[in-house]
Parts: sequence; C-alpha cells; structure tokens
Amino acid sequence: MSQLQVIALGCERGGRPLFATQSFSLEAGQAMHIEGNNGSGKTSLLRMVCGLSQAASGEVRWDGQAIAQVRPAFMRDLLYLGHSLGLKDELSAVENLQTTSVLAGQSLSREQAFQALKSQGLGTRAHLPLRVLSQGQKRRVALARLQVSQAKLWVLDEPFVALDGAAVQALQQVLQAHLQQGGLLLFTSHQGINLGSPVLQRTLTP
Amino acid sequence: MNAFFTLVARDLRLAYRRKAEVLSALFFFVVVAALFPLAIGPEAAMLRQIGPGVLWVGALLASILSLPRLFENDWRDGSLEHLMLSPHPLGLLVLGKICAHWLVSGLPLVALAPVLGLQFDLPPDVLGMLSLSLLLGTPVLSCIGAMGAALTLGVRGGGVLIALLVLPLFVPVLVFGAGAVQAMQSGLGAQAHVSILLAMLLPAVFFSPWACSAALRIALE
Repeated sequence: MSQLQVIALGCERGGRPLFATQSFSLEAGQAMHIEGNNGSGKTSLLRMVCGLSQAASGEVRWDGQAIAQVRPAFMRDLLYLGHSLGLKDELSAVENLQTTSVLAGQSLSREQAFQALKSQGLGTRAHLPLRVLSQGQKRRVALARLQVSQAKLWVLDEPFVALDGAAVQALQQVLQAHLQQGGLLLFTSHQGINLGSPVLQRTLTP
Repeated sequence: MNAFFTLVARDLRLAYRRKAEVLSALFFFVVVAALFPLAIGPEAAMLRQIGPGVLWVGALLASILSLPRLFENDWRDGSLEHLMLSPHPLGLLVLGKICAHWLVSGLPLVALAPVLGLQFDLPPDVLGMLSLSLLLGTPVLSCIGAMGAALTLGVRGGGVLIALLVLPLFVPVLVFGAGAVQAMQSGLGAQAHVSILLAMLLPAVFFSPWACSAALRIALE
C-alpha cells in the first residue's frame, strides 16, 4: 500500500523558518487539505514534498524510503499541478496533453487525449492553439491530466482557482473517484471543498 | 527514449510555430556574411583570405543570439518543473532540448554557410570543409551555450551574461573551426583540425547535459 510520510519538514526563507516543522503521513485513499494565510508557505511545502526544492530540515518518504533514493519510482507515482500550468501556448490542447503525459512516463494516444478533453467540456476547442483559450479553459486542459493519469499521489496547488461552478463540481468528482481507487491527495485551496469523505486538515502557522 | 524523441518533436514544433525567433538569428548570419564583401570591396584574394574567419565568427555570434531562449520559455510557463518531475533522467531530457536547439539554430547555419561562402570566392573543396567544420563545431557551441543558458536562467540581463560566460569557451572551437577551413585553403589538409573538433564534440555532448541538469535544479530552487 502506498504511503507518504513527511517527517519534521522545515522550510527557511531569508534565514528564518517559514512555518513550524511539519510531520504527517498520508495513506492510500486519504486526502489532506493544507491551509494557511497568504505567504504561510503552502506552495513551498508542496514543492518540497515533490522534491522540487530542498528542505531546510527533515525528509519526505514514499513507501518508507526517502524520495531521493526512489526518485524514478516516486516521480512515476506523482502528479504535481502548480501555479504555472506547464502548457505551451503554441500547441493545441491535445498536443499539450500528449506531451506532458509522455514526459510523465505514460504514453497517451491522440484519441485518449481527445476524450479526456471532451469530458472537460473542451471537445470543440481541443485542436486550437492554447493561446486562444481563456484562463479557465487553460486550467481545464491542465486538469484533464488528472483524468488520464495513473499516478497514485496527486499534489495540487490551488486546483479550484479560475474554474466555474460546473467545473468545480466535476473536479470534486474526479478527486473523489481518485480517492476511492486508493489514491492519495494533497492539496491547497481557499475554497470550501466537499470530497464526500473526511479530509485531513493541516494549517501552516509560523 | 520515447520521452527524448517526444521532447525533440515538441521543441521542433514550437520552433516551427514561432518562426520569427529562429529566423532572426539566421537573418543576422546572412546579413553579417553579406555585408563584409560589400564593405571590403571586390578584391578576390582578400575575400578568399578573410572568408572562413568571417563566416565562422558570424555563425558563432548567431548561435549566441539564440541561446537565451533555450530554457527561458520552459522556465516561464512551468514546463521545466514538469521535466524535473519526469521519471526519465533529466540529463536525457536536457540532451533532447539541446538536440532540438541545434537542429533549429545550428543546422541551418551549416546549410547556409556554403551559399554565403560563394560571396568570398571560396572554391568547392573549401566550401565542403567549411560545412564539415560547422557541422562538427556548431553542436559544441550548442552544448557549451546550453550550460551558460542554464546557469543564467532567471537572471536579469541574462543575455549579456551568457555571452560573457560562454565566449571564452567558444574561442577554441572558433580557432580550430576557422583553422580547418584555412588549412584546407592553403593545401595543408585539415585532418588535424577536424580531429580536434571531433575531440571537443564528444566530451561536450557527454558532459553538457549533466552540467545543465545540475544548473537547472539550482535555478528552480
């Protein structure tokens, strides 16, 4: 069973600790909501969990092993969606989805990519260059990755930003399905979210 | 390997859809090579003598022009984070980016150089050597330049800094690249120069992706 352990993880900015060191563990089927004021270090925490930045102290373990030691396996199990979406304005939504999937270690046919975008309500726009889409539509393209991903651990930084009511509903259902299949979810959000099952809460304080 | 080719294909497609960026560096090369004969005058012996040097310097400056964009766009839109989070080795992906960059900004220089060389009254065998020396030399420039681009990622005024960082490292490539053409011209044979260019190419291709990966990890901290 997959397990994420965060042990005494600390972050420093300008020589001062950003938040009190964090220790928690997340089991299969569990979700954790990271809360905190602006600038309290939510994004920094998520980036450290993904291994994108070095922690000042502590470590992150995946299935009992430090992530630096099992990097390829951890990266295959991880899906991170940050503030910048990592999408190319010159490519179409389908092309974007296909390339990001292959780079994440999972091949995706054109048809599969199209179906995922269609279920995000982007069926008619799937072949347009991304620059003509709105901010919310671009986010939907990024979120289509969730539907095709086989990753077990989803780390989502503000996934509900810029989405309309219907898209928020749809995303909640996708997250619920992921948890029911034994996935793990770590996310930040300033909105009240209903995932059907109890969500672990964690508030970052200085 | 699939990820490598996907990344190369993606970057080529991006370059095709952002033609202006690619064409500006090529245009610079054409303009530099075309203006020299006009400024110096139609003296064939003089043109033959300066031709290899001018063309090599033009190609070198044109490849510096295209360097800042190598990682910058990926860094701005967050795709670089996705490359870091890929289960594939970062070095392999960086090598893919360098390959795509060379195909877009180095290979056209190799193809254009013999045409521009005609303006300097270079004979066919010398034009062939010019192409060969550029074919071996421009990938070295891309590899060394990529390290500069990775080190200056996110730094303001990075373009100037890249030039300062990589120019000293470009000099040996220039010396032996232009030297190969001149040696051919003077009838000495260019085998030694070509061997040295090849000896620069292999370690550059081997070590550059590794050094770039380390620099990119620091840049994303």
